Amino acid sequence: MNAAPTNQFSENEQAAWNLLFACWILAAISTLGSLFFSEVMGLKPCVLCWYQRIFMFPLVVILLVGMYPLDKGVVRYAMPLAVIGWLFAVYHYLLYSGFIPEGLQPCDKELSCTEINLELFGFVTIPMLSILSYTAIIVLLVMFRNRVRHIRAA
Amino acid sequence: MKNKIQVPVVGALLLIVFAIAIVMYNEQKADELGEAANKNASLLVRDYAPSIGNRNAKVTIVEFFDPACETCKAFYPFVKNLMSKYPGKIKLVVRYTPFHQGSDYVVKILEAARLQNKFWQTLEAAYETQPLWASHGNPQPEKLWSLIKGVGLNEKRARIDMQSATIAKRIQQDMADAQQLQVTKTPGFFVNGKPLVRFGYEQLQQLVEKEVRNQY
Repeated sequence: MNAAPTNQFSENEQAAWNLLFACWILAAISTLGSLFFSEVMGLKPCVLCWYQRIFMFPLVVILLVGMYPLDKGVVRYAMPLAVIGWLFAVYHYLLYSGFIPEGLQPCDKELSCTEINLELFGFVTIPMLSILSYTAIIVLLVMFRNRVRHIRAA
Repeated sequence: MKNKIQVPVVGALLLIVFAIAIVMYNEQKADELGEAANKNASLLVRDYAPSIGNRNAKVTIVEFFDPACETCKAFYPFVKNLMSKYPGKIKLVVRYTPFHQGSDYVVKILEAARLQNKFWQTLEAAYETQPLWASHGNPQPEKLWSLIKGVGLNEKRARIDMQSATIAKRIQQDMADAQQLQVTKTPGFFVNGKPLVRFGYEQLQQLVEKEVRNQY
């Protein structure tokens, strides 16, 4: 590896970039997926869905910005969005599955956050997809940060 | 550097999958709608439903409408035009789907006007003055009485007639039929039993003209 030209990525940098790329794919799939639910299938997003979308959509853009050129500090601005979105997703999931009483939910009657609109394969609900996606993004960002630390230490 | 092409390739791939999913979903939905219309063909027209045009016309447009719906208002002259383009060949049957708040009151007025043979005039007047009584935030269907003075309705009689249980039952029946036929938005069009799947003026015109060609 000593012979690697300086304008090329080191192995660690490439691995870090791939992690970001994976994050971006997740965010892009989540964004397109949620747009599919609302615009194509006509499922109206409830208030909590909207907050989760608000923190997911910009990830598609800022992760991309952090990839060209590779910004080792991308975690600083991507992580807060992902964590806040994740919190909304968890709250929504708890409402959905009844762990939090309905009286606490901030939704109007017309568009309930607890009404289950869609169950893929009988058990996969939209808030569950949201939690999975946010969790995966956070894990990947943490892995990215560790990689970057390696690079800096080297 | 391969990092340069990965993102556009994957991005394009995602968009292609997205587009394919939309097409597939819409096709499946269209099949479902067609099937629902086929299965529930008998629910499309009820003998009490108001209709206009040649009774023996071979092309029947069924429209599920809401008098407070702006798009229904916009389609009304369009459908009328289509009918006059093929005189005697098209019949329009309207069904009630008062989804908006306060709309059922207006439908009751329409039914009461029908007893005085002034259904279509009243409907036209209601559409014309729609912005004045049908504001979505604050619908005031009672205001309609003063706005349709020009129609010459016997208001006293209409106010009594509109309370009838028959009318309430008809609205209920229409709403129930609409649900069976998967009409969730207004206007909901069916031409000779075929649902208008992709919504729009052009699509409706094509559907109607195809039926006219097939039948005449």
